[in-house]
Amino acid sequence: MSKGTLFDKVWDLHTVSTLPSGQTQLFIGLHLIHEVTSPQAFAMLRERGLNVMFPERTIATVDHIVPTDNQARPFADDLAEEMMQALERNTQDTGITFYGIGSGNQGVVHVIAPEQGLTQPGMTIACGDSHTSTHGAFGAIAVGIGTSQVRDVLASQTLALSKLKVRKIEVNGTLPTGVYAKDVILHIIRTLGVTGGVGYAYEYAGTTFERMSMEERMTICNMSIEGGARCGYINPDEVTFEYLKGRDFAPKEIDWDQAVEWWTSLRSDADAEYDDVVVFDAAEIPPTVTWGITPGQGIAVNQAVPMPNALPENERSIAEEAYRYMDLQPGEPIAGTKVDVCFIGSCTNGRISDLREAAKIAKDRHVAEGVKAFVVPGSERVKQQAEAEGLDKIFQAAGFEWREPGCSMCLAMNPDKLVGRQISASSSNRNFKGRQGSASGRTLLMSPAMVAAAAVTGQVADVRELL
Amino acid sequence: MSQVKSISGRGIPLVGNDIDTDRIIPARFLRCVTFDGLGAQVFADDRPQTQGQHPFDQPYYQGAEILVVNRNFGCGSSREHAPQAIAKWGIKALVGESFAEIFFGNCIAMGIPCVTAKPTDVQRLQEWLAAHPQTAIVLDLEAMHIQFGDSSIPVMMNEGSRNMFLSGTWDACGQLIAQADPIQQIAARLPYVGWSRSVASALSSQI
Repeated sequence: MSKGTLFDKVWDLHTVSTLPSGQTQLFIGLHLIHEVTSPQAFAMLRERGLNVMFPERTIATVDHIVPTDNQARPFADDLAEEMMQALERNTQDTGITFYGIGSGNQGVVHVIAPEQGLTQPGMTIACGDSHTSTHGAFGAIAVGIGTSQVRDVLASQTLALSKLKVRKIEVNGTLPTGVYAKDVILHIIRTLGVTGGVGYAYEYAGTTFERMSMEERMTICNMSIEGGARCGYINPDEVTFEYLKGRDFAPKEIDWDQAVEWWTSLRSDADAEYDDVVVFDAAEIPPTVTWGITPGQGIAVNQAVPMPNALPENERSIAEEAYRYMDLQPGEPIAGTKVDVCFIGSCTNGRISDLREAAKIAKDRHVAEGVKAFVVPGSERVKQQAEAEGLDKIFQAAGFEWREPGCSMCLAMNPDKLVGRQISASSSNRNFKGRQGSASGRTLLMSPAMVAAAAVTGQVADVRELL
Repeated sequence: MSQVKSISGRGIPLVGNDIDTDRIIPARFLRCVTFDGLGAQVFADDRPQTQGQHPFDQPYYQGAEILVVNRNFGCGSSREHAPQAIAKWGIKALVGESFAEIFFGNCIAMGIPCVTAKPTDVQRLQEWLAAHPQTAIVLDLEAMHIQFGDSSIPVMMNEGSRNMFLSGTWDACGQLIAQADPIQQIAARLPYVGWSRSVASALSSQI
C-alpha cells in the first residue's frame, strides 16, 4: 500500500464515505462531458427523476463528432447533428456551461480544460473518456469513466471507486535531440506493456519530467491508459504554477497564494512509499514508432519490426495478428514504410507546442506526392494562437490542410477517415485495428514532428535527419 | 435492485488477447443518443473479416449468455457502448484471463459480472465450449467457480465488486445520492471549490 504520495493525499481529501461494498465514495472536483458518452447519462437521470447536484462543477464541450472542414449547422451527418442538439438541450436544461463551436473555448475536452485553468492540482477529475488521464499532468487524480458513472457524477458529484496502487516511473536526464514527450510515453508503454498499469496509478517523476513543459507533461499523462493505468500524474511544481497563473479559472489574488501553498503541500513526500518503482534513463529513449495493433508494439525508428522469437512468449500471438493486419514483415526496417495519410492533432498531440514542432519540419518543405496530410488544432484557442504565429501558413505552403478543432481522425467519428487499407502516420494515441475509420486501415503512432517528417518524405522517416 | 449470485447459460468463447473497445463497437456506431441498437453492431468490423467464422456469427452460439475471453479484454476507450453492445447481444457475464479497468468498471455498473481465471483454465473452458456449444454452464459467484460438464475451475473477482453482486448493490447511484450531507461537507472543505466560486462571481460581475 502506497503512503504519503500525492495520490494518497488527494484520495483521502476527497473521500466521502466507504460504501457497503468496501469501495470508496470519492468526491469529483471537476466533471467534463462531451456529446458521445453523456446523452444516455442524462436520459438515465430523467428516468430516475434525478437532478444534477453540482451543475457548476461540470463543463461541457463538443469534440468527437464535429466536422473539421464545414462546421455549418445543421451538420451534414444527421446523427452527429442529433448528438449535438442533445448536448445543447441537456446542458441548457441543467444549467451546465457548454462551450460550443465558435464560442472561442471549444475544442478537445482534454485540451480546453487545462488551457482555461479549469484543471488544477489536487483536484479529482472525471470524464466519460479514457484520455481523462491527461489532466494528471497538473497533479490531479483524473480518471476516465463510462456512461453509468457519468450519470453517478451528475447525480451525486461522486463516484464509487476502488483505490489504486501507485507505481513511480522515474525518468532522469536530458532527452536526446529529436526525442519528444510522445517518444518517452511510447517507450514506457513498450517496456511495461499494455497491461502493466492495470490496477495502478502512474506517478511520473524524475528530472526529465521536471524539465518538461505542461504540454509535454499532458502528452505523457494522456497515454497512461494505453499502458493500462487508469490515471497518471506528475507532482505540481513551479512549471505548473507558472502555466496556471492568470488563466481564466485559476485562483486570483489572495486565493492564488493560498492555492500555491495548498498545491505544494500535496506533492508526494520525499519518503513516500510506493507499491512499485521503475527507473528509465532519458538518454536511452529513441524516436519511437508503433508497428502493430497495440500501443505497446513500438520500436525505435531505426529498428526492424521484431521477429517473433525476439518477443516474450505471451506477446507472440498478438504479434502474429499484427504482422498480418499491418502487412509488415518481421525483420524489415520500419523506416521507409510508405504512408498514405498524415494526421497531426488529438488530445495527445494537438496543442500549440506540438504544432510548433511539426511546423519546424514542414517549413520550406513539401508534402510528398500522393500523401494526404492535415493538421487539426486541439482547440479554438490553439488554432487562434497558431494562426497568430503564422503556423497555418507554414503548413499550407507545405501542402498540409489546415482544419477546425476536434478529435478528428484520432477515432474517426467525424468525416475524417482512412479509406480501405490506407496507412497513416498519426500523432494520436491508438493504433487499434479499424481505429481510424476504415475496418482495414492501418495506423503508425509517432510524435507530431515525426508525422511531419513522414508527410514530407512520404514514408516513416527519422526526424533527426530533418532537424 | 436484483442480487446476482449465479448465472447459468450457454457459453461462447472468443479467443484473442488485447481485444479493444474499438473492435467491440467501432466508433461510427457511437453516433447515437441511446444504446438501443448496439446489439446488432457488436464486433461489426471483426465479423466480416473472419469470413463467417466469428463466434458471434455461429448459429450454435446464438443465445449464449456467458462470454469467455483471454487477456486484457476491453482495453482502450471508456465507451460504455462496448459492454452495452455485448449485453444487448445477450451476454450476462464474462470470464477472462484479465480485463481492462474501465471496461470492468462499466460492466459492474451495468450489473454484468466479469470474473477472471488462470490462463490455462480459461483456455480449457474455451476448448470445452467449442466442443459443447449447446450445454449450459454455471458461474457461481458465491462459490467462485464455473461448472462445465464434469469439470469446475476457480474464478476470481475483487471482494468489493463481488459483494455488490451478492448483495444487489451493483448500481451505486442510489447509495451515492443518499450521502448528500457528507458530500456537501467534503465540498465545503475543499479549498478549490471556494476559489472557483470567487472566480465565477468575478467573471459574472464583468459581464
